[in-house]
Amino acid sequence: MEKQRYERPVILKMNTGLMNKFGTKTENEPVTHIESVPVKSLLSEYGSPLFVISEKQIRRNMQNAKRIFKTRYPKVRFAWSYKTNYMNAVCRIFHQEGSWAEVVSGFEYQKALGNGVPGEKIIFNGPDKTDEDLIAAAKNNSLIHIDHYDELYSLIRLSEELDLHPRVAIRVNMDTGIYPKWDRFGFNFENGQAWNALTRILNSKNLDLVGLHCHIGTFMLSTNAYATATRNLCELAWAAKERYNKMVEYIDLGGGFPSTNTLKGAYLPGTDTVPSIDQFADAITDVVLTYGFRQEEMPTLVLESGRALIDDAGYLLGTVLATKRLSDGRRATVLDFGLNSLFTSLWYEHKISPAKQHGSQTEEMVLFGPLCMNIDVVRESVVLPLLEKGDQLVVHKVGAYNMTQWMQFITMRPNIVLIDKDNNTHIIRKAETLEYIEQLEQIPDHLK
Amino acid sequence: MRVRKNIATSDEGFLFNPTTGDSFSTNPIGTEIILLMKKDRTSKDIVDAICEKYDVDRALFERDLDDFTLQLKEFSLLE
Repeated sequence: MEKQRYERPVILKMNTGLMNKFGTKTENEPVTHIESVPVKSLLSEYGSPLFVISEKQIRRNMQNAKRIFKTRYPKVRFAWSYKTNYMNAVCRIFHQEGSWAEVVSGFEYQKALGNGVPGEKIIFNGPDKTDEDLIAAAKNNSLIHIDHYDELYSLIRLSEELDLHPRVAIRVNMDTGIYPKWDRFGFNFENGQAWNALTRILNSKNLDLVGLHCHIGTFMLSTNAYATATRNLCELAWAAKERYNKMVEYIDLGGGFPSTNTLKGAYLPGTDTVPSIDQFADAITDVVLTYGFRQEEMPTLVLESGRALIDDAGYLLGTVLATKRLSDGRRATVLDFGLNSLFTSLWYEHKISPAKQHGSQTEEMVLFGPLCMNIDVVRESVVLPLLEKGDQLVVHKVGAYNMTQWMQFITMRPNIVLIDKDNNTHIIRKAETLEYIEQLEQIPDHLK
Repeated sequence: MRVRKNIATSDEGFLFNPTTGDSFSTNPIGTEIILLMKKDRTSKDIVDAICEKYDVDRALFERDLDDFTLQLKEFSLLE
């Protein structure tokens, strides 16, 4: 006689009056394939854990965002935010879709050049640009977004010494009614600092003011804040036009659009609360279109969206290492990935799905990573099927920031695989090895 | 390892403790184990019976049974 399928025995105490009115969401729907590739075969071929990126989803996201903005405003340009995910393969997909590059360090700038982006299509943001960076960016005709006065005066000095004519914008910070106010980057709008910086540029012989930039925050849930930011940039552009007869070529609203991940502590899931890109596009384009610019002087709208375009194209696949019961009776499941690879588990309650069909029984559990560190918690509470050692899981929406902010801590970073348009798989970053980790170390003679 | 005499159990996996008023639900394997415990079967008997019927590694089930028994104790369902 064929034996029946086994499921771990479980007993649950039934409580009344403690649930929230929406109930507790159960993640019991298996995710057996990414695009059309079985999770099981991905893990057996490339090892566990494993990051997987869908090229199709990146292209869908990019084409969708372009369509949304371009149907509302004629001159729109996206610049791929390198810090969000600077795997070269990922960047090249965005560049193929027409995105410029937005970088925030000399390292990222060199990566963009290496990916074949022409200098004039690289936006150089951030507070850390060395003299060498500024000279290279100026010579390559890149768009230098000045962050502070020290940088402004360095650039004026360098451009005079070397007879350079850099194309520049200033980053503007402002009160858009959101908290926290991001005033550490750029020049303040309300106290007049931004206008002073602009007049300094407009009065310089060598600097060519081409744009205005702001980036009001990250994972923004308010569309009104973007309308305010757009209005303030338009006001500065208008003032420069009226007083100096200089119309900027573009206004750059930065990024900050959220993905549909659920932030920690949120009462409702991100899929229910996050505004759509259409709503952000409405808020921004309505302001520019009605501000009063003549048709021919309408500035190009630049967007540096990162997270919203990549998060749902990334998955982390992993395996259960062990299950145990904690002293307070809670079930604990130990996974082979932790916050060293899934950095965003510090911010999000990531959706996690089983990779195969389980029975209908579920239980609440805490998900721990493999690190021998108390902080290594992937989910503090999640309801999943009864998991056993060896079961495989899929973490959703991990495309943003994990593959750049991940840490080589205790364990090594895993393979990253890209699933292309035809569902072929390619390693785009190899798993680290001991040799790779130690290649920069040196041992002094007396310790040899 | 005996389930308290006054604990009401149903074949569908519903348990009721009249002393405390607590109710519990178990999955089908949990129900089978509790019914075997009510018949005073030893741990070894229970392991034999479940491993005979279900596709499970003996060591894995022994571990799961220990954990299940611990939960029953926590809920004051064992004598």
